[in-house]
Amino acid sequence: MEKFTVHSGVGVALKRSNVDTDQIIPAVYLKRITKTGYDDALFAAWRKDPDFVLNQDAFKNGTVLVAGPDFGTGSSREHAVWALRDYGFKVVLSPKFGDIFRGNSGKQGLVAGVISEADTEKLWAAIEASPGAQIEVDLPSQTATIGDLKVPFEIDEYTKWRLLEGLDDIGLTLRDEQKITDFEAQRESWRPKTLPAKS
Amino acid sequence: MTNKPLTLAEKVWRDHLVAKGENGSPDLLYIDLHLIHEVTSPQAFDGLRMAGRPVRRPDLTIATEDHNTPTLDIDKPIADPTSRTQIETLRHNAKEFGVRIHSLGDKDQGIVHVVGPQLGLTMPGITVVCGDSHTSTHGAFGALAFGIGTSEVEHVLATQTLPLKAFKTMAVNVEGTLRPGVTAKDIILAVIAQIGTGGGQGYVLEYRGSAIRSLSMEARMTICNMSIEAGSRAGMVAPDQITFDYLKGRPHAPEGADWDAAVEYWKTLPTDEGAVFDKEIFLDADTLDPFVTWGTNPGQGVSLLDVVPNPDDIDDPNEKAAAIRALEYMDLKPGTKMKDIRVDTVFLGSCTNSRIEDLRAAADIIKGQKMADNLRMLVVPGSAKVRLQAEAEGLDKVFKDFGAEWRFAGCSMCLGMNPDQLAPGERAASTSNRNFEGRQGKGARTHLVSPVVAAATAIRGTLSAPADLEGAN
Ligand code: SF4
Repeated sequence: MEKFTVHSGVGVALKRSNVDTDQIIPAVYLKRITKTGYDDALFAAWRKDPDFVLNQDAFKNGTVLVAGPDFGTGSSREHAVWALRDYGFKVVLSPKFGDIFRGNSGKQGLVAGVISEADTEKLWAAIEASPGAQIEVDLPSQTATIGDLKVPFEIDEYTKWRLLEGLDDIGLTLRDEQKITDFEAQRESWRPKTLPAKS
Repeated sequence: MTNKPLTLAEKVWRDHLVAKGENGSPDLLYIDLHLIHEVTSPQAFDGLRMAGRPVRRPDLTIATEDHNTPTLDIDKPIADPTSRTQIETLRHNAKEFGVRIHSLGDKDQGIVHVVGPQLGLTMPGITVVCGDSHTSTHGAFGALAFGIGTSEVEHVLATQTLPLKAFKTMAVNVEGTLRPGVTAKDIILAVIAQIGTGGGQGYVLEYRGSAIRSLSMEARMTICNMSIEAGSRAGMVAPDQITFDYLKGRPHAPEGADWDAAVEYWKTLPTDEGAVFDKEIFLDADTLDPFVTWGTNPGQGVSLLDVVPNPDDIDDPNEKAAAIRALEYMDLKPGTKMKDIRVDTVFLGSCTNSRIEDLRAAADIIKGQKMADNLRMLVVPGSAKVRLQAEAEGLDKVFKDFGAEWRFAGCSMCLGMNPDQLAPGERAASTSNRNFEGRQGKGARTHLVSPVVAAATAIRGTLSAPADLEGAN
């Protein structure tokens, strides 16, 4: 997982609340066998509408999503984060996230920052005033800046640290790799081995 | 080290601790054996690929194809594209990452929970994980074994460890002697009916008592297998001479000095005198009848001698509502004798009841008998080896003479991911573990039963015990 410090990219206003994971990625896409390549699945139902924000030239390369409250609620599917990530999003800002979605985001390198409802409105206005404008998201200082507007966002300390260090769950465990190796050194020889294969 | 008396599960946990969690964070546990199949592994391997990580211990990892595999024409390409892709992906991943795989057609292919014990890889005092909730099966050996999700599969592949939160312990005491025709399946169905499908949540179950001690390894596996249907991720039985005898001489069982060291350690594993369980329940084996389900979860079961319950007699409002829904789905009327329920299909198979002992028990009952009219019976051995063994013993002939279909190994009708499904409205007596709505096919109706009840039912056409057969004494 890449380390995250500061990211600048096109801001997208998703002026909806209660965007659940089924809207982020419909269930039919869950049959796939990969962990990547879900860019086409993101908001699949809405993207059939030519007026949908990601179908507009100014926003189609968006990387910073500013959404209404209760983003990522519903089923626990990790695919929701994969779809956002594969599309190119690095950051989602919202006044409130589904708990599991927020947890999954931190593990996959996607910043899920909590902003106030008032700031959400201000960011939406700023994005719409200059379509395609860049938002700069600074994780160390927990701020998002577009033009003259700078808003703070919340993220828990632990997730912030993981994102700054670029540690997914496995990376986190591998910080203890020496302990694993030490444990392996004293494992008894009777314990099962699948190789070489016997039958 | 203090000498606090410990339970079996606590000992296995203690001996796998790589790092103790601090401030409420989980412990890091070492995983001895990682079993893999085609449904829950593709994204885990893809994750490794994306991060450029290898499989840390291919020598502690083994894959088999089971959930999607056809049980007929196994030499032809798999028709369903999703099934085919999953199988092909597993083969490709196993090759790329150096993981041992037993593919369709291989003599060690089969249901993952049948293959591990059969190869002698499952043994006492080890940790076993698999991306499948019935991994609890392996607890029959005194292993700590539980199902995990796909991200955890990736985690184990990469690190051979898993961060885990401590669990509570529950003793399931089963004392007495089972009567003829009553089996391990009836014990576990009765336990689930007693504590409910959520009763074991957060607990590791330890099955104890004289009735458990006298069971074979196959029977213990049947019981541990269904721990998850009581809500427990893991169920265990303390290892004893029966365990050691089952293991000795299997392909991957320890040999020579390793065997002696292992047995010495295994003998220290049973729960200490004075160890305290967080919860205890009791079941009387002496009075147990064959048990069958009437509803749409494994906890909705009764004695085969009983009748379909009346929802009005259920106090808990949620359970009452669930019972009303279940009866409607199952098309059953309260008060109907369980033995009057006619079935269309009998399925003998699944990781609960597809081992050689299960096939022998069923074959014993149907031998020389005639199958009921308008009924079909599917016999699906748990592994290719079980199939070969059964054929060597002539069991295939017994089943075929009876009129049953003798199939190749796999999960088959347990979950109907392959073409082995029930039609809408079709009613089955099934030796599998889940009677959920639609589990064995859309609109299909499932009664969970033991292999001997399955066999007697196939003869009579209605849910039956071996004792109901003519000439039975
Ligand atoms: S036989 Fe059924 S329960 Fe067992 S692993 Fe296969 S699908 Fe799961």
